[in-house]
Amino acid sequence: MQIDRRLIAHFDWTLFLMTAVFVAIGALTIYSANYDIAEKHAGPLPFRQLFWFAIGTAVMITAVAFDYRHVEKLAYPFYAVMLLLLAAVLFVGHSSGGSQRWIDLGIFKLQPSEPAKLAVVLLLAKYFQNSEPARGYYLRDLWAPTLLVTPLIFLTLVQPDLGTAIILGLVFLSMVMMAGLRVRSFLWLAGAGMALLPVGWQFLRPYQQQRVWTFLDPGSDPLGAGYHVIQSQIAVGSGRLFGKGFLGGTQNRLDFLPAQHTDFIFAVFSEEWGLVGCGVLLLLYLALIGYCLRVMERARDRLGGLLVFGMLTIIFWHLVINISMVTGLLPVVGVPLPLISYGGSSLASVMFAIGIIMNVSMRRYTF
Amino acid sequence: MPALTGLAKQDGASELRRRARVLYLLVVLAFAGLFSRLFFLQIIDGDRYTYLSENNRVRLKRIPGTRGMVFDNDRRLLVDSRPSFDLLFVPEDASDPEATLRLLARYLKRDDEEFVALYHENRNRAAFDEIVLGRDVDWATVVSVETHQIDLPGVTLRVRPRRNYADGPAGAHVLGYLGEIGPNQLKELRPLGYTSGDEIGHFGLEKQWEAVLRGRSGGQQVEVDALGRRVRVLHEVPDVPGYTVHLTLDQRLQQAAFEALQGKEGTIVVLDVHSGAVLAMVSAPAFDPNAFARGIRPDEWRALVRDRLRPLSNRAIQGQYPPGSTFKIVMAIAGLEEGMIQPEQRISDPGFYQVGNRAFRDWKKEGHGAVDLHKALVESCDVYFYQAGQRIGIDNIAKWARAFGLGEKTGIALDDEKSGLVPDSQWKRKRFRQPWYPGETPSVAIGQGYLTVTPLQMVNMMAAVANGGILYRPYIVKRVESVEGAVLQEYGPEKIRTIPVARETLDRVRNALWDVVKGAGGTGGAARSKIVTIAGKTGTAQVAEMRGAYVKSEQLSYFIRDHAWFVAYAPAEDPKIAIVTLVEHGGHGGSAAAPLAKKVIEKYFEPEQPDAGQQQVGLQGEIRAN
Repeated sequence: MQIDRRLIAHFDWTLFLMTAVFVAIGALTIYSANYDIAEKHAGPLPFRQLFWFAIGTAVMITAVAFDYRHVEKLAYPFYAVMLLLLAAVLFVGHSSGGSQRWIDLGIFKLQPSEPAKLAVVLLLAKYFQNSEPARGYYLRDLWAPTLLVTPLIFLTLVQPDLGTAIILGLVFLSMVMMAGLRVRSFLWLAGAGMALLPVGWQFLRPYQQQRVWTFLDPGSDPLGAGYHVIQSQIAVGSGRLFGKGFLGGTQNRLDFLPAQHTDFIFAVFSEEWGLVGCGVLLLLYLALIGYCLRVMERARDRLGGLLVFGMLTIIFWHLVINISMVTGLLPVVGVPLPLISYGGSSLASVMFAIGIIMNVSMRRYTF
Repeated sequence: MPALTGLAKQDGASELRRRARVLYLLVVLAFAGLFSRLFFLQIIDGDRYTYLSENNRVRLKRIPGTRGMVFDNDRRLLVDSRPSFDLLFVPEDASDPEATLRLLARYLKRDDEEFVALYHENRNRAAFDEIVLGRDVDWATVVSVETHQIDLPGVTLRVRPRRNYADGPAGAHVLGYLGEIGPNQLKELRPLGYTSGDEIGHFGLEKQWEAVLRGRSGGQQVEVDALGRRVRVLHEVPDVPGYTVHLTLDQRLQQAAFEALQGKEGTIVVLDVHSGAVLAMVSAPAFDPNAFARGIRPDEWRALVRDRLRPLSNRAIQGQYPPGSTFKIVMAIAGLEEGMIQPEQRISDPGFYQVGNRAFRDWKKEGHGAVDLHKALVESCDVYFYQAGQRIGIDNIAKWARAFGLGEKTGIALDDEKSGLVPDSQWKRKRFRQPWYPGETPSVAIGQGYLTVTPLQMVNMMAAVANGGILYRPYIVKRVESVEGAVLQEYGPEKIRTIPVARETLDRVRNALWDVVKGAGGTGGAARSKIVTIAGKTGTAQVAEMRGAYVKSEQLSYFIRDHAWFVAYAPAEDPKIAIVTLVEHGGHGGSAAAPLAKKVIEKYFEPEQPDAGQQQVGLQGEIRAN
């Protein structure tokens, strides 16, 4: 830590403040989602989220403290730990709502599928850090990273956690493309993916298959997932231009969703803040992503650029899938809204990702 | 120099930079897509969604699937579901909830404070959840509420199928009962479509066959008006009724067994010896499953759980008792097969048997005189089997007891069956870290000591003796049918094992068992019947050890009196059914248990009486010939 002083001088306050603003918005929305009119309080969750933010800040600072070029040494051990944790979830995991995703660590429950996404990024950034071949990568160049990432995807799929499995796949694809996969190879991959879809279908639990059917035909299951989708759309739509105001949401009070402070928090937000609020939130996200893309462009080396890009894809895909799901554009898959949804594992992981981006941002000055 | 390596890697970064430009575009496009979706929902369709949300007009109505029916082996109805009405109230639909409730109370001529109190108790429920004002309300209430519906906004009736057990307590322990699903169960079963408030099998068949009987809930998405009245159905999924289950039980025999046990504690089980089909299974004291169906009151539930006579346990499969002298059947077979009993050889019984410095007494103080195997079984001579047990040895006794299914669950498809315990030297070492002492064998030889069995195991053992040595798995469900009557699954005899026992051995034992009932001096004379030949064995299982004293059971306080056993089969020459009767604290098997067995067996073999008033349900409504 001999360059501590320079690091403090270059600390990326912009990114940190942006993160804090998101978490503040998140905590307020969690407060509203859990607010009980009769009891006039919202329970412990919003405050617990602030506690997670403190933990996340520590994680973020850790991610900043080491030089990202050491990722070289870190990537494989981190990957191995994630693989072990995900395997452990299957045996000693804590289940809830029909899936087994958590490991009980006494004071809190860890959801290893969240940091597993980070492992994929570290792994691929390390793998592709050297200059790409002039003609780009062929599919045959990808066997090693594919071999490494597949077990992670498989282990999350059997939990079952369809959302995380999809995110892992998307992060993998995005990074491979960014690293220089030939367009033609990508088309091959996409084709093969389509062909394998029916096989993947077999891995889905009946309730997941049900959700996909429900998405394709919302009227088919008015009791289960279809009801959630419809009620969620009513919540979003009834926000109209300016929303119903803080604590003014009514859909939310009906307990229409099993996860109104986690996966469906955007429905609560947009009911209370309307299109204006949603627009502001989207602009904030856009600013965050734009800023990070800028960091990527100015990264000192390819490893740094790929790290920033990979971490960014995690945030981007979560965001897009979550909002699409809440507004009825995609089937219901359990994916949190980054920095906003309640959840310690998710928040800490995203803050770690931002920490890595900061790390690259700060070290563009140093040699 | 680090700068050089850094520069070398920088080459590749330029390509990233080039691609970044495309990324800006892609990201902006994606955000524009999301924003336009929001615009569409919130601005273009905003009014419609606002209407739906403000009026909250979409309600979810679940229609629970009708639970499957249960029939006996001759299509006599045992369990069905009848419609019932629950009286509900949704305060959000009433402008002045308290006034509405007071009005309702006036219409129903009920105390209004009761309703208002219920309303206040349910303050913490989620909005638009209904409060249950009354379950299974009577017809007058239904009519009254329907008539005054317009004055009673928020008050509704919900039709709900309610379980109906035709014979009440007679089948209680086999059929089981339903209860509301618990929070932990719900967590686990939610993916299967259960929701809070659902009923689920908690005991007996209702529990073990839950998946078959349950059916699937349907539902409606209903648009309602400001008073909570339905305007139209937006979507509907029909409910699917549960499957019909046909049992091996014979309802008349079940009733006879139930009546025989009135006022006693104990159990009666009847098996078909050639298949293991359970024809009757009664445990007493019983409870009325209909009380659970209408929603058991907390005080009723507490009374059942705390009752010292344990009405909620199915003694046939959950009671573990020393078998007493009924175990001598196994002893006789073990001795003959191991060559440790010479059947014709007589021993002399002075009334006690000495091992070391301990004397084991015979139940007959003066002894049985000269005794061979036949007489030993007929008169239930203890000393004969003390000696035989010593020769056979505990491990061989255990081997034969297990061969006949003792010490292991029979595997009947009812929940929480117990296994009993067959001790041997290995068990003793593991359990107590002590060797088996020879002085412990005589107790086991007369069915006492560590040995315990369930009544179902004993009757199954008896069935194997009767049918020539085949141990079947007792079963109770014969057939599962769809509501339309299509057979979905049939269950038949399942062999657990063929016991390697010689024909002559069984003949010899069966001969003796017949004489137990018909012979002079037989302990089971009370089971002698004019209608059918019966063979069996009595047993009197000690509850408290009476060292050195002969005490008449009747003189003991109730809970330490002996248990009375009788295991039998009939007809003796060509067995069809086997039976066990156990009367807890009933005293002697011969006097307390055997007469009950006789009653039930006679019911099976007597010429059939025309059924008075018994509901007959047949596919073509056929009338049974007498």
